[in-house]
Amino acid sequence: MVKINGQESDAAGMTVSQYISTTDYNIDRIAVEKNEQIVPKMQYGTTVIEDGDTIEIVSFVGGG
Amino acid sequence: MDNDKLVIAGHEFGSRFILGSGKYSLNLIEAAVRDAGAQIITLAVRRANTKEHESIMDYIPEGVTLLPNTSGARNAGEAVRIARLARELGCGDFVKIEIMRDTKYLLPDNAETIKATEILANEGFIVMPYMYPDLNVARDLVNAGAATIMPLASPIGSNKGLAAKEFIQILINEIDLPIIVDAGIGRPSQACEAMEMGAAAIMANTALATAGDLPLMAAAFRQAIEAGRKAYLSGLGRVLVRGAAASDPLTGFLRD
Repeated sequence: MVKINGQESDAAGMTVSQYISTTDYNIDRIAVEKNEQIVPKMQYGTTVIEDGDTIEIVSFVGGG
Repeated sequence: MDNDKLVIAGHEFGSRFILGSGKYSLNLIEAAVRDAGAQIITLAVRRANTKEHESIMDYIPEGVTLLPNTSGARNAGEAVRIARLARELGCGDFVKIEIMRDTKYLLPDNAETIKATEILANEGFIVMPYMYPDLNVARDLVNAGAATIMPLASPIGSNKGLAAKEFIQILINEIDLPIIVDAGIGRPSQACEAMEMGAAAIMANTALATAGDLPLMAAAFRQAIEAGRKAYLSGLGRVLVRGAAASDPLTGFLRD
């Protein structure tokens, strides 16, 4: 199992790009962390999500 | 006055009002920025939501400097992670460190803030730490590479004003970096007073977000901050310890 933003997912085996293409995320507005390490946008196509990974996908919201 | 710039790590700003973007409609951001005259706006980083297609980034006018905060961080490590994610989101190098362990009063954790400041400054961030006003901590933050110091005026979101006034004044007097009063400023008059004291800028969010007319309050804050700045640059008039001093000539009329 993979955890993506706290939810269990069966995305293991996909690249980050492949996973994002199954979602409604706007790729220009997100940043991705895999096991607490940033995945640069250029590496979305080559970074494979593996079983046991924890993925965080974040964006900006209003805040002080 | 035209040459009077707020300088943060070599970046010059004509406005001394840093605007928060939390707790109000995205549709109000453009008017808030315009009426505040703000050139810096704060943002937060959160888990992306696939159901919300609107991004705050589409509402912020061009040319405004983005200042992401690390809200949600409970220690230095989490703040560093959030700062790196914010930079990856393409906001530039500015970051406001905000680390809270206490969930009741939301007070900043000064010790963790020093640690995070050092790490992020070494990674090339322009670090603006939010802190509880303590001179020793402020000096540690300077040594850690902070670009400004951002002491709280009173608990975040409380609109209670300058509860920490005396301690903020000590920072203004003793620290060479810009002192930006952040958190708790609830009214334009409080922003004005902080600026009269010599604060370099004011950061406000809740005071606007909870006001009746947000853009109008943004305009009121802008004028108050500008008035306080002018008063500080002018040098305030003296206060008499006792007695009075007439403002008019006392001789030459009705009596010899």
